[in-house]
Amino acid sequence: MLEIRIHGRGGQGAVLASQILSYAFFLEGKFSQSFPTFGAERRGAPVSAFVRVSDEFINLRSQVIRPNHVLVLSAKLAETVDVASGVGPDGFILINTDKPPEHYNTIEGACRIVTLNISSIAAGFGLGSRIMPMVNVPILGAYAGISRGVSLEALSEALPRFISANPEGNQKAMKEAFEQAQTIN
Amino acid sequence: MSYRADQGGGAPKMDMLLGSDAVAYGAKLCKPDVIAAYPITPQTHIVETLSLMVDKGELESQFVKVESELSAISACYGAAAAGSRAFTATSSHGLALMHEVLHWFAGARFPMVLVNANRAMGAPWNIWTDQSDSLSQRDTGWLQLYCETAQEALDSVIIGYRVAEQVMLPVMVNIDGFILSHTMEPLFIPEPDEVDTYLKRYEAPYFLDTENPLSFGSAATPDNFYNMRKYMARAMKTVPRILREEFTGFEEHFGRSYSAIESYRTEDADTIILVSGALAGTSRVAVDRLREQGVKVGLVKLRLFRPFPGEDLIRALGSSGQVLVFNRAVSFGAGGTLSQELRAAFYHLDKRPGILDVVISLGGKEVFPETVAEVVGQADQLSEENSNWF
Repeated sequence: MLEIRIHGRGGQGAVLASQILSYAFFLEGKFSQSFPTFGAERRGAPVSAFVRVSDEFINLRSQVIRPNHVLVLSAKLAETVDVASGVGPDGFILINTDKPPEHYNTIEGACRIVTLNISSIAAGFGLGSRIMPMVNVPILGAYAGISRGVSLEALSEALPRFISANPEGNQKAMKEAFEQAQTIN
Repeated sequence: MSYRADQGGGAPKMDMLLGSDAVAYGAKLCKPDVIAAYPITPQTHIVETLSLMVDKGELESQFVKVESELSAISACYGAAAAGSRAFTATSSHGLALMHEVLHWFAGARFPMVLVNANRAMGAPWNIWTDQSDSLSQRDTGWLQLYCETAQEALDSVIIGYRVAEQVMLPVMVNIDGFILSHTMEPLFIPEPDEVDTYLKRYEAPYFLDTENPLSFGSAATPDNFYNMRKYMARAMKTVPRILREEFTGFEEHFGRSYSAIESYRTEDADTIILVSGALAGTSRVAVDRLREQGVKVGLVKLRLFRPFPGEDLIRALGSSGQVLVFNRAVSFGAGGTLSQELRAAFYHLDKRPGILDVVISLGGKEVFPETVAEVVGQADQLSEENSNWF
């Protein structure tokens, strides 16, 4: 079973990102499941959401505590929240930041850290505002590019069900993030 | 919001929905005449989605916006008295606020389906799941079903109307707050015409009618009152048989099979977990892992709580050594609600398993498969006289 954890702040669309990603896996013929950390979500407060993917219907409903992959929507969160919690040595953490991976050497854990300036991509396609670009969709493109576990096509197909604002910008930003992520070793 | 209207034609195919949206779809397919609801976490998605469906003209229901849950159930009571099919959804304190009218509803022998997103009762304030809200309504005369998956939630609404309108008692369908309501997962959504042939328009045998004046809920003399309650008890007694027939009919129609209780890997099991709701899913995973280690453990899922399926449970649990009852509601001073019910069901038998009262979670206390495995591992040290808290 593949398990993914997404960290964001209330209002950044982490839950929506988990649903899009889950649905994209589903479109590729997998069983998947998406759910948020359960609580009263406040704007700006740290939130997380989870995706599980399997070849069979998923009975497990407890929170994901040993994710294979982690997506971090807000760079600052990587410094305040234990984003590496439970990630194994084969896993990776993808952080939206303008800093290189070395900047996060202090993160405890042996897993790989990948960084990409997704905010800049999002802003370039008019997603959200300059001050707070909406990265929840493009980071999925980056995830597909790095993990190669889900296709950009499935994500593109999944998107319209969940996102009605600026569909073209979101699709293009996702593709751009996908392409940039593919060049990362 | 994962709600969408563009259901493709042709054969039913799998889709993905939030548990709460699955309930909304189930309700929509049953074409309730009246929906009266008041929002409360974690149920709000259900009635939000339904109101959106009404607003878009996809569902021709009267959507009555009310100022409290007491009004919501009262509006449903009025609708049912007028011979309408009614629907509402609530949770926790909302259900508690409905308490008085829950009695009225069953006493008046009105059918309806209410979906409750199981959530703890305060104080302290808590929005997470347990079954204190619904299990404390066990004596109101409502049928109670508990769901493990979004599919079961959707299907239970449809089956709920079929049963309610036969026995003339209301049905409460329970889904775990957040754990089921806020999880998006794959399921089959039946086609509207399939449901139309399975669930006909509700024809109330008696209803408020100016051409044929009659009244509901007026004063009854003690003897009449007693008899009406006796008939209510008799009607409840017919539920297991009717439900069995309905589950069979549902399977013939939709291909999905259900039963009042469900056994999982119980053959040769020394220890059986009795569990209800979405916690059954995580418990299954634990059972699988323990079986791999050679532990003879199984699981029985309780789908029907009221009426309590005692005979089914005696058959399923009677030959096991011990039953670990996973309670998520406690009657303080008497122990876990589910344990009490199970003990009562076995009381008249000489041969009965050890029944261990386990308070597994309240107020959303997380249960991992490891938690379940630990409890099973400790089973021999657990108390049979007292509730086991961790």
